[in-house]
Amino acid sequence: MIKYISNKFYNFLDGLSKGVTLLYQTLLYMFKPPIDVKNIIDQLFEIGARSFPVTALTSFSVGMVLALQSGSSAISVLNEPLYVGTIVAFSIVKELGPVLAAVVVTGRVGAAITAEIGTMKVTEQIDALRTLGTNPIKYLAVPRFISLVIMLPLLTAVSNVISILGGFIVGVYKLDIPSTIYWADTLDFMDIEDLFHGLIKSVCFAMIIALVSCHKGFECHGGAEGVGRATTSSVVTVLVLILVSDYFLSAILVAMGIG
Amino acid sequence: MIKVEDLHKTFAENYVLRGVNLEIRDGETITIIGGSGCGKTVLLKHIVGLLKPDKGKIYINSTEITSLTEHELGEYQKKFGYLFQGSALFDSLTAGENVAFGLHNMNFNEKLIKKKVSDCLGHVGLSGVEDIKPAELSGGMKKRVALARAIAYDPEYICYDEPTTGLDPIMADAINELIIHLQKTLKVTSIVVTHDLSSAYKISNRIAMLYDGKIITLGSPEEIKKTSNEYVKQFITGSINGPIKLKLKEF
Repeated sequence: MIKYISNKFYNFLDGLSKGVTLLYQTLLYMFKPPIDVKNIIDQLFEIGARSFPVTALTSFSVGMVLALQSGSSAISVLNEPLYVGTIVAFSIVKELGPVLAAVVVTGRVGAAITAEIGTMKVTEQIDALRTLGTNPIKYLAVPRFISLVIMLPLLTAVSNVISILGGFIVGVYKLDIPSTIYWADTLDFMDIEDLFHGLIKSVCFAMIIALVSCHKGFECHGGAEGVGRATTSSVVTVLVLILVSDYFLSAILVAMGIG
Repeated sequence: MIKVEDLHKTFAENYVLRGVNLEIRDGETITIIGGSGCGKTVLLKHIVGLLKPDKGKIYINSTEITSLTEHELGEYQKKFGYLFQGSALFDSLTAGENVAFGLHNMNFNEKLIKKKVSDCLGHVGLSGVEDIKPAELSGGMKKRVALARAIAYDPEYICYDEPTTGLDPIMADAINELIIHLQKTLKVTSIVVTHDLSSAYKISNRIAMLYDGKIITLGSPEEIKKTSNEYVKQFITGSINGPIKLKLKEF
């Protein structure tokens, strides 16, 4: 039992040190010319544009259900749907928007990154890159890292708008809240710092997704089975790290007066 | 000249290389033979700097490469062309883009790259496949595209990992001729790993046999054919009877 725990702890520390090394190397190669613009644009499209439909759908749905739940709870306690717009807006902008977009992108993009790099690893394509004078981190990790750090906050911002719109539709047409009151509830208590609170978190989540997904791909071994294992492990690790770091990031940002 | 000195490598419990010593002369074609899983590819990957040894040194023209930084190693690796056993073509790129990949790093202009790609694919009998993705090619065609990629940027050294495996006999002989041609015209130093003995006899200046993690014999093809070493004899005759024992269940 002690051996099992110490092994797990060692693996955790080993993974952490490799993740930090990958972050260092990614940042190092990010600013080292030549910059592979075409590769970055491809990844921006793959990560951003292609993730938009599923992010929009889930955000709209979450916005609607949040308005419905908070509205019906308010009605049962206070006999009227008070502050539904405020609850929806704060929950979405500061918490659910960044987390939801990160979870969707982890499932759609993070898994694909690990599977793609892992397959390249087990079929010797990573070795081939090296023999052709190309650093695999610069060619594979850097464009994905840059694209995620740009696109996830953008997706989060769009997701916020769509969620609030979903909440508005339920609030106005289902809970019969006048639209002017709903907008006033939404905007009156919201500061720009609240928006930054969520966007800063989404940048951190983007870094977690990029680093863990690439790291699990580069460390992959053992053929098709190994790729499957690495992909599962990557998604689980990213989700756990997002949810755990969410609390600490929120605490730090609140302590700093951001949101 | 490439010099391998007392090279050791272990993967988990598997002690693969147990003190390999080998000198490869400039401009020669040397073939490394040996049983499956004996460490031939591992040795090749050490020479190119894709693996770090547990112990031992590798010199390329007096530069010791096992202690180079990642950046220095990257520059050094540009001197090498490498044909991988499983081809290792980039799935997301076309055959032409695969061949051109290394050329972009050498700062060739687009017109020259296009000509080089066409010439190299022509050398391996695959003219006109530039726009085809690897998934649409047969195993043998993939191997030939990978060979075209390995020779495209005129490397000083070319490592061939099983260059003729999966090819029909005529195409295998054409690849042998191409290896000989590259050596004669460009003075390329070639290191070949193969099980194909007829190919080894045809293309090699010298043949080395790897057994039990060490080079147990090194000589010209004629010397290998006449060897008195029982291990080499058994290997080249392909007999199950001899000092090399396989762990097989009785049938």
